[in-house]
Amino acid sequence: MNTIDAGAYVLRTRGLRKEYGREAGLVRAVDGVDLEVAQGETVAIMGPSGCGKSTLLYLLGGLDRASGGEIWLDGQDLTQMSERALARLRRDAIGFVFQAFQLMDELTAVENVELPALLASRSPRAARKRALDLLEQVGLADRARFLPTQLSGGQRQRVAVARALVADPLVVLADEPTGNLDSAATVEVLRLFDQLHTAGQTLVIVTHDPRVAATADRMISMRDGAFTDQTMLQGGTSGRLGSLAGLEG
Amino acid sequence: MQQGAVLAMLAKEPAHGYQLRARLREALGPVGEGMNDGQIYVTLTRLEKAGLVTAEQEPGLPDRPDRKVYGLTAAGQQRVTEWLAEVSWPKPDLAEFHLKLIAAAAAGLADPVTIIDTQRRELLRRLRDAQRAAMAEPDRSPAALLLEGIVLSLQADLHWLEACEQNWTHQKEKHES
Repeated sequence: MNTIDAGAYVLRTRGLRKEYGREAGLVRAVDGVDLEVAQGETVAIMGPSGCGKSTLLYLLGGLDRASGGEIWLDGQDLTQMSERALARLRRDAIGFVFQAFQLMDELTAVENVELPALLASRSPRAARKRALDLLEQVGLADRARFLPTQLSGGQRQRVAVARALVADPLVVLADEPTGNLDSAATVEVLRLFDQLHTAGQTLVIVTHDPRVAATADRMISMRDGAFTDQTMLQGGTSGRLGSLAGLEG
Repeated sequence: MQQGAVLAMLAKEPAHGYQLRARLREALGPVGEGMNDGQIYVTLTRLEKAGLVTAEQEPGLPDRPDRKVYGLTAAGQQRVTEWLAEVSWPKPDLAEFHLKLIAAAAAGLADPVTIIDTQRRELLRRLRDAQRAAMAEPDRSPAALLLEGIVLSLQADLHWLEACEQNWTHQKEKHES
């Protein structure tokens, strides 16, 4: 790969490692990962369970500490930051989307979305306005006062995406975002990601669902803690959909 | 019977007709049960006529196709190499792809994992096309349903490729250690 100006990347890692255990029991969950994510890019990381992709995502998001290597986000190396600075960075610069949504069941959709803004000491009025705008953006303006249990799986995940966006993060990190969703709800969430991509949001998605990976600009295969292959998915379509359904000989 | 598959089974070394049948049977298991021995010999005869295969009768053995020794000509070797590099979808032929991996590994002609990676890149691009088209359709349109069928079937193919990759990576590691 060509060397590109480091400033062009929102997120970049060098020789990133995460190890558990020791000696014979040593597990290299992430084993020397070099990743570069450009501004506005959607990157999918795919691999079998246990390949280290979720661990990698947790390292990227500062939810877990690396054993070695560097993680650069917004000009700062996460591996060198204090817990306090890291917590601030997570709050201000990173949005998370999880497989199990992680919404608070006692709070309505809009209360869930505004919560991170309130925790970041935004005024209640500004936080509420931002949350309502985001719910509208994800197509749930009419569900703002619903509890999560009153929403479908796809709707819950869209609320979770709105919450991830509340601080205008530099990057959204998603861990198996469609893992708990059926086929129709998966399309709902993929449409939303596509909309974010068009709006210039940088996204890193870890998944074992090829459908999710196929909607990214770039798909990286991961195995045994390391990247093994990469597929560029940008560009136009081949115009051969008919042949996929048996219409062409 | 797939000509490429029959040729590839000979890529490692020449074989008697009955050995060739046994190789295919081992590779395909119950999936190959409906396979007709006659078909294999018809294919072999065609390949011989096309100059891709040689068939030698061993002295003292009856003149039967299962007793002949079949081997690849230079043109046959060339054809196998091309076949390994072909991407077989969108007409998915799982057995052909499976035999390709086995033949590539047995004859040391190509790394099965590389073949899998190539196939995955191609399938992902097709899935992307179908997924994009599906996302652009209004909900519950007839076309959306057909596109969902295409998407789900490509998704299944990709899951299977993942299983292929795990299996062949494992084989390679076993071989190397």
